[in-house]
Amino acid sequence: MIELQHVTKLYPASGRPALDDVSTEIDKGEFVFLIGSSGSGKSTFLRLLLKEDTPTSGTISVNGKVLNTMSKWQVPKLRRTMGCVFQDFRLLRDRTVAQNVAFALEVINKPTRTIKRVVPEVLEMVGLEGKAQRLPSELSGGEQQRVAIARAFVNRPLVLLADEPTGNLDPETSEGIMLLLERINRTGTTVIMATHDYHIVDSMRRRVIELNGGVLTRDQSRGVYGVGR
Amino acid sequence: MRVNFVLSEVATGLRRNLTMTVAMILTTAISLGLMGTGLLIAGMISDMKEIYYDKVQVSIFLADDVTEEQRTAIQSRLEDSDEVKTFIYESKDEAYERFQQQFSQQPELVENTPADALPESFRVELINPERYEVIKAEFPAGAEGVDQVRDEGDFLDRLFSLLNGARNATIAVAVVQALAALLLISNTIQLAAFNRRNETNIMRLVGASRWYTQLPFILEAAVAGLIGALLAIGGLVLTKVLFVDRTLAGPIKAGIIPPVDWSAIAFIAPVIAAAGVGLAGIAAYVTLRLYVRL
Repeated sequence: MIELQHVTKLYPASGRPALDDVSTEIDKGEFVFLIGSSGSGKSTFLRLLLKEDTPTSGTISVNGKVLNTMSKWQVPKLRRTMGCVFQDFRLLRDRTVAQNVAFALEVINKPTRTIKRVVPEVLEMVGLEGKAQRLPSELSGGEQQRVAIARAFVNRPLVLLADEPTGNLDPETSEGIMLLLERINRTGTTVIMATHDYHIVDSMRRRVIELNGGVLTRDQSRGVYGVGR
Repeated sequence: MRVNFVLSEVATGLRRNLTMTVAMILTTAISLGLMGTGLLIAGMISDMKEIYYDKVQVSIFLADDVTEEQRTAIQSRLEDSDEVKTFIYESKDEAYERFQQQFSQQPELVENTPADALPESFRVELINPERYEVIKAEFPAGAEGVDQVRDEGDFLDRLFSLLNGARNATIAVAVVQALAALLLISNTIQLAAFNRRNETNIMRLVGASRWYTQLPFILEAAVAGLIGALLAIGGLVLTKVLFVDRTLAGPIKAGIIPPVDWSAIAFIAPVIAAAGVGLAGIAAYVTLRLYVRL
């Protein structure tokens, strides 16, 4: 469902490519860890999947649609099939938990009736029932990340992209978040998670794609973070 | 489209940037007000041209000692001339009557002017007003009963060039103000987009359409443009009521200056409103396309 063929991304400001001839394939329902040190190209990888950027060469397709040739007005449609979670949560501070989740549906023109139905459902799923009327500032980091995951998942995306979702959280809280992502993955949603956290990678034993200086150096099913660690 | 959502975004945006919004509205109002004034002056000029140019273009004043034959000769030459469209003869008595009317506000002047002080004349309308020189050459001053030939159009030309200058200056200032208004709008929209970058980033990532993301900003500018236009229209109404209708009442009654009709303002108001809304909206759209990533 996601396919990269010889994808290279050069940023004009730097001489070294952010991604260097990367080819890989990710099937529907997979759970993939994207690992590598800072600057290895993980974020670029995710940005390209979202068509926030276009590759310098090579082709990317998601759901059978080639992103390279996709016109601007089709991009929103693509993004409606993908959810995003970030290290810094990116919640709207002046809106409640429920409003933050509803926002993602309002701006893509979902009917109010649907929103009223699905927002409590997804909040319950992420374990935030009873906190719908809180503001983000009244929540812990883990809870805020749950709100962000609820927002990313509420429109039932085919793919969930998570860029270091546990980067700001303590190990215990991270574990909770990982259980939640696993649960989402079990509903058939493909999860691609960029991370530094080797504890998590090692304990989950899922597919690992490692990038090193933009080059894909390892692609291993049921992998661990570092060979020999 | 969720109207409520868009409208609440617009209201929030305008409130959050209150000082910039006020500046944007005021410059827009001044610019549009001056533009409206320019249009009113332009209308007034064309009204005045109708009042004046329809009348006399060239006056042939006759000498005091003109003979009956000379007068008839001039008259028949005017009748035969290819340049002349129409002409009227004004006797000394008629000239004095008109003089009395024109200066009814200054009775001393009328009293001190003897009834026969004003010369008799032919008032000539030319087919082509520019051909004054030809008439002047045909009737040399000081000969054959002609005292002097005067191009009334010359005076009118000077008057109208003054009025045209006033109109052009007003419109020039309006254009400069409009430029300032556009830059302010562009700046305000950039600021608004920056203030709401969290919202717009999320909108982009969850797949909101471009249109959906941009519309609140464009409407925000358009609403400010509309408020500015309404202020400008109010300013024009006040100018008419407080200045034109009061201070210029005398000359308007005397028929020297045409009145500013409500119909003229009613005609200009929608033009101003459309210009305000349209320019602000377009400025916002262009700003979003050029400077803001949505």
